[in-house]
Amino acid sequence: MKSTLYRWFDSDVGHSLRASPLAIGAACVAAVCVFCALFAGWVAPHNPFDLATLELSDARLPPAWSPEGSAKYLLGTDDQGRDILSALIYGTRISLIVGLAGVALSLVIGVALGLLAGATGGWVDGLVMRVCDVVSSFPAILVALLIAGVARALYPDAPEGIAFGVLILAIAFAGSNGWVQYARTVRASTMVERGKEYVQAARVTGVPPARIMFRHILPNVTGPVTVLATIQVATAIITEATLSFLGVGAPPTSPSLGTLIRVGNDYLFSGEWWITVFPGIMLVLIALSVNLLGDWLRDALNPRLR
Amino acid sequence: MALLEVQNLVVEFPTRRGVLRALDGVSFAIAPGEILGVVGESGAGKSLTGASIIGLLEPPGRIAAGQILLEGERIDHLPHAQLRRIRGRRIGAIFQDPLTSLNPLYTVGQQLVETIQTHLPVSAAEARQRAVQLLKDTGIPAAEQRIGHYPHQFSGGMRQRVVIALALAAEPQLIVADEPTTALDVSIQAQIIQLLKSICKTRGAAVMLITHDMGVIAETCDRVAVMYAGRIAEIGPVHDVINHPAHPYTAGLMAAIPDMESERDALYQIDGAMPRLDAIPQGCAFNPRCPRGFQARCRTERPGLIAAGATQAACWLHDPASGVTA
Amino acid sequence: MSTPAQPLVPALASPLVRAHDLAKTFDVSAPWLNRMIERKPRALLHAVDGVGFEIARGQTLALVGESGCGKSTVARLLVGLYAPTRGGFTFDGQDAHAAFQGKEARALRRRIQMIFQDPYASLNPRWRVADIVGEPLREHGLVTGKAALEARVDELLTCVGLSPQDMAKYPHQFSGGQRQRISIARALATAPEFLVCDEPTSALDVSVQAQVLNLMKDLQRKQGLTYLFISHNLAVVRHVSDHVGVMYLGRLVELADKRTLFSQPRHPYTRMLLDAIPKMHDTGRARTPVQGEVPNPLDPPPGCAFNPRCPHANARCRAERPALHEAGAGTRVACHAVQEGRL
Repeated sequence: MKSTLYRWFDSDVGHSLRASPLAIGAACVAAVCVFCALFAGWVAPHNPFDLATLELSDARLPPAWSPEGSAKYLLGTDDQGRDILSALIYGTRISLIVGLAGVALSLVIGVALGLLAGATGGWVDGLVMRVCDVVSSFPAILVALLIAGVARALYPDAPEGIAFGVLILAIAFAGSNGWVQYARTVRASTMVERGKEYVQAARVTGVPPARIMFRHILPNVTGPVTVLATIQVATAIITEATLSFLGVGAPPTSPSLGTLIRVGNDYLFSGEWWITVFPGIMLVLIALSVNLLGDWLRDALNPRLR
Repeated sequence: MALLEVQNLVVEFPTRRGVLRALDGVSFAIAPGEILGVVGESGAGKSLTGASIIGLLEPPGRIAAGQILLEGERIDHLPHAQLRRIRGRRIGAIFQDPLTSLNPLYTVGQQLVETIQTHLPVSAAEARQRAVQLLKDTGIPAAEQRIGHYPHQFSGGMRQRVVIALALAAEPQLIVADEPTTALDVSIQAQIIQLLKSICKTRGAAVMLITHDMGVIAETCDRVAVMYAGRIAEIGPVHDVINHPAHPYTAGLMAAIPDMESERDALYQIDGAMPRLDAIPQGCAFNPRCPRGFQARCRTERPGLIAAGATQAACWLHDPASGVTA
Repeated sequence: MSTPAQPLVPALASPLVRAHDLAKTFDVSAPWLNRMIERKPRALLHAVDGVGFEIARGQTLALVGESGCGKSTVARLLVGLYAPTRGGFTFDGQDAHAAFQGKEARALRRRIQMIFQDPYASLNPRWRVADIVGEPLREHGLVTGKAALEARVDELLTCVGLSPQDMAKYPHQFSGGQRQRISIARALATAPEFLVCDEPTSALDVSVQAQVLNLMKDLQRKQGLTYLFISHNLAVVRHVSDHVGVMYLGRLVELADKRTLFSQPRHPYTRMLLDAIPKMHDTGRARTPVQGEVPNPLDPPPGCAFNPRCPHANARCRAERPALHEAGAGTRVACHAVQEGRL
């Protein structure tokens, strides 16, 4: 009996991955980011949040390959002497966690509502769809800004956990980038599956409707959702970065990439480009690799293209 | 001279698990005005044969070997532009689903006129006249008015008639019909079959009728080719193939069909199933399921078409050298 | 409402299933807003319009007809997937519709099961065969413990001609005929008495069809099953059924035992249907095809539904709808011409 890993590797999806150098590249970059994020404490050469280790005399050092740079700070330092590389690694972790959590929350809400709407039909379906229409008619970033901004204005000193919670909520409800698209997709798939004969067979056997919804229909509607979610991670990360850039995202004590970019923005015109450019490059790399992965996944899972 | 001649056609599909041979050395000929039936179960390769002839083989499938000759000229290796001229003008096609065979956004008249004008040097007015005449010939009532209707305004049977009219629009010599009646009700099926027969006889067009329904073959065709696992198992005049099948597969197939005349308790069943493309047995493809598999030769050597009475069968039973009376 | 006159079955055996005046209407009107604006009337589809029949224990009733005649709807009415808008049916003496709504629903669902047409859509592609076949067992609590469940699934798979190793596989690893066998195994899990089969072999090749039909007949003999067999293929029907009902536009036009129906069809539609079947061994003979097509079920003709296509229609046929009445030899026909002796 072949192991699951080998079976996956040898499957059509596995082959598609191996055949596409772009997908492999994207997967590698994404893997490196995730690794750094998980093991930030061991990977980062310094801890940028430990005030005791900061040396103001090392502030605003350019990257190591410049004449004034030092090998101790590979990508330079910011105005408070924090190592950019380490801040980058910790920032990546925050961005990834927030992005993934945002998508996870969107998934939970969206799939649940979509299943309910598709399986029940009637006025429940109508109500859910109208809510979707209303939510998606707002520009995505505006809603997120609204939620995060108002929360920050009301509770400027909220503990870190609450701040992140609000941020994740803002991402999940960000208009048509949030849970709405999952709800619509799942609803459409549910309506298709509901008419299929294996569902009717379950009804003939007497299986209760809730069990049919979760045990029969749900496993069959997750396909398109997987692709959507992967691509949406990139959007969520960028949304989070935007919010942080605008000052209402991650709290300043745990800066994400967006915060770093904002901080560095102030020093851009005085010549210290590295403080903002490197977080920017990192952001682009993550978003690009996740997007490419999502693209590849969509093509790989599409039976007609195989 | 035969109108269409297929010689040793081999169609392959390269997959990452190796190259699959969907058609393996298919050879037959169609005389002008003849109706040839190609029958077989799903996976036998009959639709692929039709698609190869029309030139609509979907990539990555490709013709790996063999030739297709239309009136003596090779057509299988032609570039797209030339193939397009042949398709429609000399070979017409009818597919299974009348709903998707017609463009829902154009009226029936527009589609007919487009086909006629693409292939025949006639004016628009004359094309329209021909279109109306075609609709009348295919038995659509009130053709003058219905020519301006959209496909969704026709019922299933009527739509298939329109598809037949479309196939005949450029006056082709050969029509390839792939399961033209499968999606239709039994009573409509009878109408369409009769229409196909009469209109092809009057216009002198030959027909290659692909189907899995032996009854339709029995009523319509002059000759029939029985396909199995990408090869032709038996070919011959329809009456002889049905009543005196020479190949054990054909015999089994005939016996398995419930028919209206005899009363039987259990239908004859051929055990097992048609082999998958990546697991075709060596030698004769039917040998694992054959009740008459009688010698090692069946398992090692693949038989070609051997004369067996009025038909030809790919079976060693009929090889005079085998010394076995079939 | 048509009274069930002389039953087709011997008076001693009370039928297992008796349907009377079964009807199902679907509301296919446009949404309310569209109707208001475009002034469209309500559109009601009378998919089944007053169907009555009996099935004796251990026998097979086949319902034949072309697309749109309502036979699939009848099948779904009999397994409780739809509730009838009028009439109903009794199962083993009790009112089935009331039972499906009430507390006896579970017990009734154990005794009635269904086999579907499409072997590719009738099995959940994400479930293993063991789970698919075992679901009715778990749902009704018929076996306790994993070992007992596996043993019973084992038994069922062997019963339908599959091997016990197939338990761990997924549906996409099987061919159409094998999937249909898995469907049959699932249907037999609760040891039902009545099986409704909705075109079980229409999607299968001829040789596979033979295997599945033989299997079904075999099971019927061994387990004393009662079948309602829906099909559009008269040759298959002739092979499997004991009694045959011909449907047209939601109504039963003829109901007879098999031999009588095929040797002496009375209703004009039945005659035309039989004549339309291609005859295999009588090659080259021209058939007289039926004229016209099945009318739009949303707008059925007044009177007898078949009158536009019937060569024997008269004024009464166009005005009055015929009821199913006795026509001798245990046959029931819904036709004025037959009743008046014109045919």
